[in-house]
Amino acid sequence: MMIKVLLAFLVGGGICVIGQIMMDVFKLTPAHTTSALVVVGAVLGGIGLYDPIVKFAGAGASVPISSFGNSLVKGALVEAQRDGLIGVLTGIFEVTSAGISAAIIFGFLAALVFKPRG
Amino acid sequence: MKKGSQSWVFNNNPIILASTAIGGPFEAKGALAKDFDVLHDDIWLGQDSFEKAEKKLLEQACEIVVQKGNIKNEDVDFFISGDLMNQIITSSFAARTLAIPFVGIFGACSSSMEGLALASLIVDSNSADYAIAAAATHNASVEKQFRYPTEYGGQKPPTAQWTVTGAGAALVASKGSGPRVTSATIGKVIDMGLTDPFNMGSAMAPAAVHTIETHFRDLNRDPSYYDLIATGDLGTVGQSIAAVLLAKDGFSIPTEKFKDCGLLIYRKDQPVFAGASGCACSATVTYGHFLNRMKKGELKKILVVATGALLSPMSYQQKESIPCIAHAVSIEI
Amino acid sequence: MSSKKEKKLSAIQQEYQQFAKQREPKRPVLKNCLRAFIVGGAICAFGQILQTVFIKYFGFTEETAGNPATAVIIIISVLLTGLGVYDHIGQWAGAGTAIPVTGFANSIASAAIEHKTEGYVLGTGGNMFKLAGSVIVFGVFSAFVVTLIKMGITWIGVM
Repeated sequence: MMIKVLLAFLVGGGICVIGQIMMDVFKLTPAHTTSALVVVGAVLGGIGLYDPIVKFAGAGASVPISSFGNSLVKGALVEAQRDGLIGVLTGIFEVTSAGISAAIIFGFLAALVFKPRG
Repeated sequence: MKKGSQSWVFNNNPIILASTAIGGPFEAKGALAKDFDVLHDDIWLGQDSFEKAEKKLLEQACEIVVQKGNIKNEDVDFFISGDLMNQIITSSFAARTLAIPFVGIFGACSSSMEGLALASLIVDSNSADYAIAAAATHNASVEKQFRYPTEYGGQKPPTAQWTVTGAGAALVASKGSGPRVTSATIGKVIDMGLTDPFNMGSAMAPAAVHTIETHFRDLNRDPSYYDLIATGDLGTVGQSIAAVLLAKDGFSIPTEKFKDCGLLIYRKDQPVFAGASGCACSATVTYGHFLNRMKKGELKKILVVATGALLSPMSYQQKESIPCIAHAVSIEI
Repeated sequence: MSSKKEKKLSAIQQEYQQFAKQREPKRPVLKNCLRAFIVGGAICAFGQILQTVFIKYFGFTEETAGNPATAVIIIISVLLTGLGVYDHIGQWAGAGTAIPVTGFANSIASAAIEHKTEGYVLGTGGNMFKLAGSVIVFGVFSAFVVTLIKMGITWIGVM
């Protein structure tokens, strides 16, 4: 178990370093950086290279935003293989629903409860 | 009266009858805290939104400056004010409360001196007995409009600046005693093609240099005429660039004389990256600290060069560069 | 900046830009990368521990444990955002908090909280995706393109 945690730490940290370099060296904004990593995740997911990284590093690959792209592709592919072309549209949010729903619901709850501190 | 290419000389001695600086909790911990008339410990000022708090700051500054001048609101002929909010709502809504004929201006962070120059011109040309020049900003409302939500975890680079929460106002009068506004130089918009909104100091430095040099040429003066030459908010990055450019053009200013409001207002241990910024930066430091020093006799002739970056969130997203401007006003006692 | 853009600038502007670039305080890239590595790694390690807990005690499988783990991380991020702590952590950690799903949650929560003053419908509702919108749009669109390409390749292969 400890090995899995260590691998998650190393790979997750590594992906964040890539993000930091994109922000500091290439002067990209956080929005540009995260969008780029999502697209990379989607492409790797399509090629079939992201899942092996998830198997190897666990949360180190599934917590960074790049896994969002991978999950979107996986959802779309599964539905598309089953239902044909329309599956691309019906399947995209299937796997990522937990993350997006949680962010919206709890983000809204936070707006009800909290005030910005400035 | 016009002098040279871009300057005015005020021969009828418009006086700064009264001035005030209002600040927030962060300014209260700053290096110039004792030069503020009021320091709030709540950034909301008891209001529902940051934008409403900013209006309250400006209203309070104007009320206090009128009181200090021993006159009434109805005696003030014109209210000239600017801020960073879209459609300068802070100034417009404050003008609604004050019920003084209103001239809204926008010079980004150069609004303070733009206002003072215009107010002095109006009084000097016998077009008014009393005019108020004011400017205000609020850290949170500016972050919300120009950058990111205040609780966003984005990382700011070392060239970023911290917007001052505060308001400054000056009551300019045709008679009375106090520091006199003697001249002003209106800047031209200078754009060196820089695009980074997190490094405005570098973008604004050329505008400051252009205005300072034009001021010296128009009025046939050189740095030795003044005891202090202060830029508005160039910050560490912009000010060092400006010093080098001025020296290169033969207008070298000794470091003891060349100051920047953005570097004076906070302490070294406050996390403000490259320095303070915002309309209120030059306004509060000039109308509080500098004028106090003049009244104590420590300074006789100063030149305040407020600097502004004239970008909007939209222009930045459309990949436009950052045009800048600087307005200079000389005050003597 | 591409060289095409640079040609549009005059010589004076180019000269000034190079001068200003030299005088710009350099970002502490190495220090930032180290901080991003530590914090980002720690968040992912925490996610791994969460997944193990969900598998062991709550009956999730290796495939499905990611969902509740993500949800917990999101809730924690939103809480830290609301309490006014997240922005300080973010300034220190940079990409370490921006890249994991914590960054996504914070961008939504911070926008939602900030724009409360404009009302819940137009303010919170209308501005919630101000920062996260591009991630969702580009994620979905790239997934769409990738899926189409993959399906196209499979279809050609079958023929």
